Amino acid sequence: MARPAVLRKPLGFVGRYEHKPGAEKNRTHYCPGCGHGILHKLIAEALEDFEITDRAIMISPVGCSVFAYYYFNAGNLQVPHGRAPAVATAVSRANPHAVVMSYQGDGDLAAIGGNHIVQAANRGENIAVFFVNNAIYGMTGGQMAPTTIEGMKTTTTPYGRNPLTDGYPMKISELLDSLHAPVFIARTSLHDPANIRKTRAAVRKAIQYTIEKKGFSLVEVLSMCPSNWKMDAVSSQEWIRDVLIPVFPLGTLRDRGSEAVEMKRPVPTFDPAKVREVLGVGGGKQKALARRRVDPKYADPSIRIAGFGGQGILSAGTAIANVGLEYGYNVSWLPSYGPEMRGGTANCSVKIREGSIGEPEATQPTVVIAMNRPSMEKFEQILKPGGTLIYNSTLIEVEPGRKDVETWAVPITGIADGLGNTKVQSMVAVGAFAGVTGLFGLDDIKGLLPAMFESEAMVLLNEKAVEAGYDYVTGMRR
Amino acid sequence: MGEDRRYPFCEIDQEECKGCGLCVASCPAKVLEIDQGKLNSKGFHPSSYKGQGCLGCGNCFYTCPEPGAVTVYLKGYVPEEVK
Repeated sequence: MARPAVLRKPLGFVGRYEHKPGAEKNRTHYCPGCGHGILHKLIAEALEDFEITDRAIMISPVGCSVFAYYYFNAGNLQVPHGRAPAVATAVSRANPHAVVMSYQGDGDLAAIGGNHIVQAANRGENIAVFFVNNAIYGMTGGQMAPTTIEGMKTTTTPYGRNPLTDGYPMKISELLDSLHAPVFIARTSLHDPANIRKTRAAVRKAIQYTIEKKGFSLVEVLSMCPSNWKMDAVSSQEWIRDVLIPVFPLGTLRDRGSEAVEMKRPVPTFDPAKVREVLGVGGGKQKALARRRVDPKYADPSIRIAGFGGQGILSAGTAIANVGLEYGYNVSWLPSYGPEMRGGTANCSVKIREGSIGEPEATQPTVVIAMNRPSMEKFEQILKPGGTLIYNSTLIEVEPGRKDVETWAVPITGIADGLGNTKVQSMVAVGAFAGVTGLFGLDDIKGLLPAMFESEAMVLLNEKAVEAGYDYVTGMRR
Repeated sequence: MGEDRRYPFCEIDQEECKGCGLCVASCPAKVLEIDQGKLNSKGFHPSSYKGQGCLGCGNCFYTCPEPGAVTVYLKGYVPEEVK
């Protein structure tokens, strides 16, 4: 399509900035002389010329360009500070037809997002990154950025950036140029019309390569920040030319566009059998165990298992969750993390559901398995009225406080000791859980043990443990 | 006014202009100036075209940070109403 003989606001911009709050829908929010608007215009012009406004996705950062989504006539996402390359990765992988662009400033890309950009570049993500380098944090009020040059005064380096305390200006393009995967890396500037045109060419090349699925492109653009540099716009351009460019030399660091071929990533697959194999569940078996008839009060349980670290709390939880999975239920297992882990107690939440599971934490459990006294005292408090408390009567010599719940005193540690190995108390607890709730059949659990334990001796020992826990509670029921 | 207009020429939307002066500095023909006698609704002295001498180089268009403030009608432009 031949361009009409007029240079006007490109169609890569929306006509009126309807998303922009306030009455002013025609002007951008940028300060006079800010370089963002120039780069926006070059990108918007390319979106129009390449006819990709219907499949271009602009990822806006945090920084002055946080509101880029007011302006671009494209799909827009505004993402947390520094994370644009991660989100761009997801968008690009999920929708390979999209032309994904990440627009980031130096604080966003080089400071908090420093690792994200390196990893995305190293994976050769098919995205075009526009990196605006004005050597300062703009939106937050002129603090030192990783790209602030030596001696430059900012609000956080009032005597000038001193490498001895503040490090050296970070050369992102050179840094990324040390990686294998990127296809195109260039540094350009907005300090005069000729260089703006070179920037225009680089922007178009990066977008072209992204359309052609050639991989990762980054254009670093030296840009004016008159407000924080405390200069007028024209002096800002001169300052780029005289001061910034000697530190950040311009040029194309890498252009492998002609040799790069269209990236064909393997199609993402979901293979449940492989997942089961990796998790060591069910040996890749496809068919679920036949469900058992369950008393409604034990159906869809939210379970909290708690005790000392070393009592097998977390493994009892995974075992219950894994067995539930074999029956074809939806399950979740959530270990507790936090200071209490190192303080000697442990707990986990397990949910087993016919339907889907929302929150994995059992904040109001219907079943509590308490392996020691502090755990019982803590978790019986949150047990749902009418719920079930299975407690380890070997170690808990007091009666539960709750009278509105069903209680099962099972000498779990004692049973395990009787089998000659205290460690199997977790499987005694699993057996007791199965016996109380009727959710799992004893033989079904036994059938799954070979997939859970490596040696035959451990399988046999744990079989006995499950059976002993199961038999103890079913004996109590009789 | 249409038939009197000589192409190329430059049109400034003075309401969108923030008066930064980058277009003035970018113009090789020196046919743009900041209009000190005028203030727009935002309180900026906007840029204005002197009325003749535009070369149609596009420097002001590419240098202006405001997406819609500058329009340059190049030689060979045919206005909608003439088409």
